[in-house]
Amino acid sequence: MTKPGNVARTVMLDGLQELIDALLGRGYTVFGPTVVDGVIDYRPITSVTQLPQGWGDVQDNASYRLRRRDDDAVFAFACGAQSAKPVLFPADELLWRARLGGAEPEIERAVDDKPAPPYAFLGLRSCDLAAIGIHDRVLSSRQFGDTHYALRREDTLIVAVTCTDPAGTCFCVSMDTGPVPRSGFDLAVTELYADGPHRFVVEAGTPRGEELLDQVASTAASDEDLVAAERVGAEAAARMGRVLDGTNLKDLLYDNTESPVWDDVASRCLRCTNCTLVCPTCFCTSITDASDLTGTTAERHRVWDSCFSEEYSYIHGGAVRESGRSRYRQWMTHKLAAWHDQFGSSGCVGCGRCITWCPAAIDITAEVAELRRLAEQRQRPQEARP
Amino acid sequence: MTELLEATAQPTPDPPTPDPMVPRVFRVERTRQDTRDTYTLELSPLDGEPLRFAPGQFTMLQAWGIGEVPISISGDPHGSGLLEHTIRNVGNVTRALVHTSRGATVGVRGPFGTGWEVERGAGGDVVFIVGGIGLAPLRPAILHVVRHRDQYGRVVLLYGARTPDDILFAPDLEHWQDDCGIDVAVTVDNAPHSWRGRVGFVTSLIPRAGFDPLRTTAYVCGPEVMMRSSALALRDRGVAADRIRLSMERSMKCGIGLCGHCQLRELFLCVDGPVLGFDRLEPLMSRWEL
Repeated sequence: MTKPGNVARTVMLDGLQELIDALLGRGYTVFGPTVVDGVIDYRPITSVTQLPQGWGDVQDNASYRLRRRDDDAVFAFACGAQSAKPVLFPADELLWRARLGGAEPEIERAVDDKPAPPYAFLGLRSCDLAAIGIHDRVLSSRQFGDTHYALRREDTLIVAVTCTDPAGTCFCVSMDTGPVPRSGFDLAVTELYADGPHRFVVEAGTPRGEELLDQVASTAASDEDLVAAERVGAEAAARMGRVLDGTNLKDLLYDNTESPVWDDVASRCLRCTNCTLVCPTCFCTSITDASDLTGTTAERHRVWDSCFSEEYSYIHGGAVRESGRSRYRQWMTHKLAAWHDQFGSSGCVGCGRCITWCPAAIDITAEVAELRRLAEQRQRPQEARP
Repeated sequence: MTELLEATAQPTPDPPTPDPMVPRVFRVERTRQDTRDTYTLELSPLDGEPLRFAPGQFTMLQAWGIGEVPISISGDPHGSGLLEHTIRNVGNVTRALVHTSRGATVGVRGPFGTGWEVERGAGGDVVFIVGGIGLAPLRPAILHVVRHRDQYGRVVLLYGARTPDDILFAPDLEHWQDDCGIDVAVTVDNAPHSWRGRVGFVTSLIPRAGFDPLRTTAYVCGPEVMMRSSALALRDRGVAADRIRLSMERSMKCGIGLCGHCQLRELFLCVDGPVLGFDRLEPLMSRWEL
């Protein structure tokens, strides 16, 4: 974690509160993990007491359970139900409003009257940090961008955290996105709770983060703390619940559009869109138009959409992707293959949310493995021929 | 040479508005019913700035409070400044659009997407293969060729409509055939006894069209299955795949590559397309529901 020139500091839980106070004092809305609705999710917080102290999670196919830990750790859970996506890229965004009462319509842009509040994330997982990097590329680095996202993102401050207790559905190591945050943060925190006093090794990634760290009571991190921080990251990396084999994945998906895997997965998939809603990188949206009862005001909203819905591909005459097999294939092929062509990386960060929150217990890593197994099986007899 | 370049140059398309998700307001100046279900709207910008576009580009056209759809521009790229859209009434948004009364306003975003690049076909033969409403997106390209007729060799327009009543822009077709040196051939899928013209798929017109495949650029627009069979027939006759250009249709919600709806594997058809070469499209068009 520690790079040359960067001085890591050790901070106690009180120091974390000072960090929150410093952020609030600068006008940030601080999103931190907290227990809500039976899960750990990012919510606005003002106190370390709202962090999920002593809580962990157990995740598997179609299953998420909170569990009591036998320590006081505040960040020792895998990933919550949602990433930073609902905050930086809300599910429903007003784009503009048109007043139609006068001689000519008047259009008011929503961004003009609502300056984005500065957001800070405390305890953002490495997978979710990587997902923000992907959204930056998708939504802000091309010819056209999402104005609202860019405004929110510009001021967002990130305190990332090393994942110390990954879940059964995690595979960030396969996707090379974690469990230790490497870049893209203002501050990175590694929580030490197993040996010695409960403490946090904090490293700054930006001058802004450095300046913030100066506001917090801290001591220079000892060599022991640095070694311990390194070790918890490495141990977490060795405890991934899932593996996704990325070898030639793009070709595998592009070449196997007619694999029986798609029929099989379609027979289980409910097209409920849960996977795309919890996915931290899924970015598809639709627009909805609405007018008031008098017809004098029309509003346009940008809302999350999903390639699993029939309407998604609808053009006059019907849906382009009518079958379930084609919709699952679209999702997985886009995420794991076409994304490379479009944005130069995979669209998957290995957070495992799509596995946890799929009510039909479909596991993207297992479907890739099965696709590969069948493809190799089909190839083998051909190779055997003279 | 410079003169020639100037003559063939397309007007530079406008960059979309500062925020491409926010529409400009256009007034409906004229509406015309072309066929049973198809109408042309002529629109003028309230801000007075004509919308410059390349043939083949589209806009996101909206009926206030009802919805927005991608519609190709069907007017003359060198024309009067009015924005022309030819719209088939097939859903609730297009129904609202075709029934927008004169003087009322609609929202316009764009222009978006790639164009036909019809100027690149200069110096050789040109074949337009058209199915149904596909004549609307091709009309600006045809008008460009008409205006620069001497720069092209043989120019052929093969047009397939469902019935004689569905033939779009009939006065244009006659004018292009009689006065503009374009060989226009029309066929219909179904016809009453009174029809004296051809009956059959548009691809059946290709063998008799008499173009030189090795120096031909083809512009194809219509239903996807018709475009694919036309492109395959052209390629079989020796037209290079990258000189067979097709305009793809998918659901589009943003027009700027953000909403994801128009994806065809790695392509965002609203920015990478809608017009693309068959060399790029063939592997993607041959897989069902891709």
